[in-house]
Amino acid sequence: MTVAKPRRVGGRVPLPLVIPAGLGLLFLVLPLAGLLIRAPWTTLPQRLTEPGVLTALRLSLQTATLATLLCLVLGVPLAWLLARVEFPGRRLVRALVTVPLVLPPVVGGVALLLVFGRRGIVGGWLDSTFGITLPFTTTGVVLAEAFVAMPFLVIAVEGALRGADTRYEEAAATLGAGRWITFTHVTLPLVAPGVAAGAVLCWARALGEFGATITFAGNFPGRTQTMPLAVYLALETDLQSAIVLSLILLAVSVTILASLRDRWITGP
Amino acid sequence: MTTPPLLDAHLVVDRGDFRLDLAIAVDKGEVVALLGPNGAGKTTALRALAGLRPLSGGHVTLDGRELDRPDRRVWTPTERRPIGVVFQDYLLFPHLSALDNVAFGPRRHGVRRPAARERAAAWLDRVGLAEYTGRKPRHLSGGQAQRVALARALAVDPALLLLDEPLAALDARTRLDTRAELHRHLAEHPGATLLVTHDPLDALVLADRLVIIEHGRVVQEGDAATITARPRTDYVARLVGLNLYRGTAEGHIVRVGDGFALATADRLDGDAFVAFSPSAVALHPERPDGSPRNVWPATITGIQRHGDNLRIQLDGPIGVAADITPAAAAHLRLIPGQPVWVAVKATETRAYPAAG
Amino acid sequence: MRIRLAVLAALALWGVTGCGDDAAAPAAGESGVTGGVTVFAAASLTESFTQIGKDFEAANPGAKVTFNFAGSSQLATQINEGAPADVFAAASPSTMKTVTDASNGDGTPVTFVKNQLVIAVPKGNPDGVTGLADLTKPGVKVALCAEQVPCGAAARKALDTAGVTLTPVTLEQDVKAALSKVKLGEVDAALVYRTDAKASTSDVDGVEFPESAGAVNDYPMVVLKDAPHKAAARAFVTYVQSDRGVAVLTAAGFQAPQ
Repeated sequence: MTVAKPRRVGGRVPLPLVIPAGLGLLFLVLPLAGLLIRAPWTTLPQRLTEPGVLTALRLSLQTATLATLLCLVLGVPLAWLLARVEFPGRRLVRALVTVPLVLPPVVGGVALLLVFGRRGIVGGWLDSTFGITLPFTTTGVVLAEAFVAMPFLVIAVEGALRGADTRYEEAAATLGAGRWITFTHVTLPLVAPGVAAGAVLCWARALGEFGATITFAGNFPGRTQTMPLAVYLALETDLQSAIVLSLILLAVSVTILASLRDRWITGP
Repeated sequence: MTTPPLLDAHLVVDRGDFRLDLAIAVDKGEVVALLGPNGAGKTTALRALAGLRPLSGGHVTLDGRELDRPDRRVWTPTERRPIGVVFQDYLLFPHLSALDNVAFGPRRHGVRRPAARERAAAWLDRVGLAEYTGRKPRHLSGGQAQRVALARALAVDPALLLLDEPLAALDARTRLDTRAELHRHLAEHPGATLLVTHDPLDALVLADRLVIIEHGRVVQEGDAATITARPRTDYVARLVGLNLYRGTAEGHIVRVGDGFALATADRLDGDAFVAFSPSAVALHPERPDGSPRNVWPATITGIQRHGDNLRIQLDGPIGVAADITPAAAAHLRLIPGQPVWVAVKATETRAYPAAG
Repeated sequence: MRIRLAVLAALALWGVTGCGDDAAAPAAGESGVTGGVTVFAAASLTESFTQIGKDFEAANPGAKVTFNFAGSSQLATQINEGAPADVFAAASPSTMKTVTDASNGDGTPVTFVKNQLVIAVPKGNPDGVTGLADLTKPGVKVALCAEQVPCGAAARKALDTAGVTLTPVTLEQDVKAALSKVKLGEVDAALVYRTDAKASTSDVDGVEFPESAGAVNDYPMVVLKDAPHKAAARAFVTYVQSDRGVAVLTAAGFQAPQ
């Protein structure tokens, strides 16, 4: 008499998927483990309260959030244009949107200087007309972070818009909704999870940005020294200090990202 | 002095090789069903009336206002047309509750939020969903969603109510109940109603008048009684369940097919239709004696259950469908290929002119 | 046919003479070393060491010098974490100390040059900068190296000696970055090494200031304990201190070690 194997509720996970998945997870998590093992746990408390640390952290969180907001304001309409409007050269525009992904961040920073710097095409005009300078300012940090992070948002939102059912927009029209109201009251709510996912990616990328920030905005504590910059400089003299700063940044961002409810990002 | 109809439209739409050319008029309070096989152009007509598709020619005039006339460059976008649409898949906004779905239309027409929500609640009550106002569409059954969709379309007091296969997405049982309720609401609607369907039962129950289209053109129009009595195409005949033939009448004889003569009770001359019900067809194993004037040999080609009876498809000088009771079937050998004799009384046939 | 021959001949010539620049005649009396040498050197040594590397290869056919130029502290960290290098040339004794303290040096480091700070300004000195005091004028944007880097530590020392309080707009992570800010026109001045200003003489002018003498950086160099190519490493270190090496370094603006 054979005894039946108890069926586990939850489906069968094929082994050929589990193994690479496990390796993938290990690959991503081992460097983090390396940091945790080498961290100076005994001196951690006093390192945490050093003055520059909290300043850099606060600046990082502020600029990343502002950069994400900027990306939303500019990126969502751009994504809509790419997804819904047929215009000549659309494929080229879509390719151009991904340029910041391919460009080394430092080169991106130099490019930003050439446009928005003191002698830049736009920056020079801003300086002479309004007295506004962008390099070496917190605004400059936001600009640099937004530049490298925007493609993530645009691509995610464009994908969501393409997948959205346009028939709901027709239904809205039959009920008397004009195009703008349809966009804000029907389209956006429908793609909200996709927009949220894109915003999360955007925020995370902005938070970790280094090359473009240090090239365009420079490094000055309290004004432009974000956490990644602080880590890099700490690396010059004190590896332990750099590890601590990295762990703080990681802890804060993981906490924030883990607290985002699944269904906000994956949809109803 | 007759008042002009509320909806007066001549819809001409060119779509590749397909051309829709349909003149349609609906009065205040009237329910018209646009009936036809798949691909006939019914949905195109509805979308053209709603403004979701521009006309290639013709016009749409609603409540005295010209909404669409290509040759005079008159065009009103969908959102400014006084219409309400119930879509086949309902298209209730997934992120809004039933109440907010119904209130959406009034809000867009300028009604303030509290008043809009009140109106929405009243409509949901009218369709029997007063306790479901807070539910999201994914928590509603098919029948409930259909009713919310109807309430949503009616809440804007449309001059023209358009329904696209309103019962198609429902299971048979729900369809029965919903059809009856829908009939009640449509009867109460003061504006014009156009209902698009491929189900003849929906059309017969819900509509005052039927317009039947095939290949983009009207083939027959009229109330249910006229159409069922005198179908003018195969499709309509099948719809109403009749055997239909077209031929030339000479007095009491109509020659159909390859000159096959059918004797009818009516006297007619010229181009004519002859129709008789499958239940008027009797089958005999041998040539029958007695009165029926229409008798011919045929071969069984198909057998299906049809309610309590059997429907037999027969080949011969003309193709014929016959409804046989199980008792009668017991006397026959019913297998495909079996030869039988067909008999139809002349008095059970109807002949009417084809022209007009 | 003729063209093809000409092209082949040109290629052969090019291959034989090297990539077009004039390598100096090899110093007399060098023993021939072969194989690769990996040299980790401070960013400020970029131009001079690159030239010395070429000369070394010319003097030692079969030798190949590979450089890794970066901030000294970054290089020190990499070495201590096990990066495969043969020679380490630092821009300050303190960064060298991190390496020797971790027992990664083979023998005592030798100071081979000194470097002094100058004020780098755009070519032509449009703002007429003459000394440190001019940098504190309102509206003047100055880039300094971060204090964690040797160039920054020296700048701090010089400013303290001069009693000048200076608020820079940025503290760059290495001296080349600070210099590039001047070249791009984003800042009006930067405190960099004399050698850096000289290397970019087409874009910047170097303004000397007296207080720089109080903040001179010694540049130590050492063969690394775990060097994979010890012999070649020692040969390179010796070459840097030879007449040819010294000539290149002095031309770049470095000072002799004594």
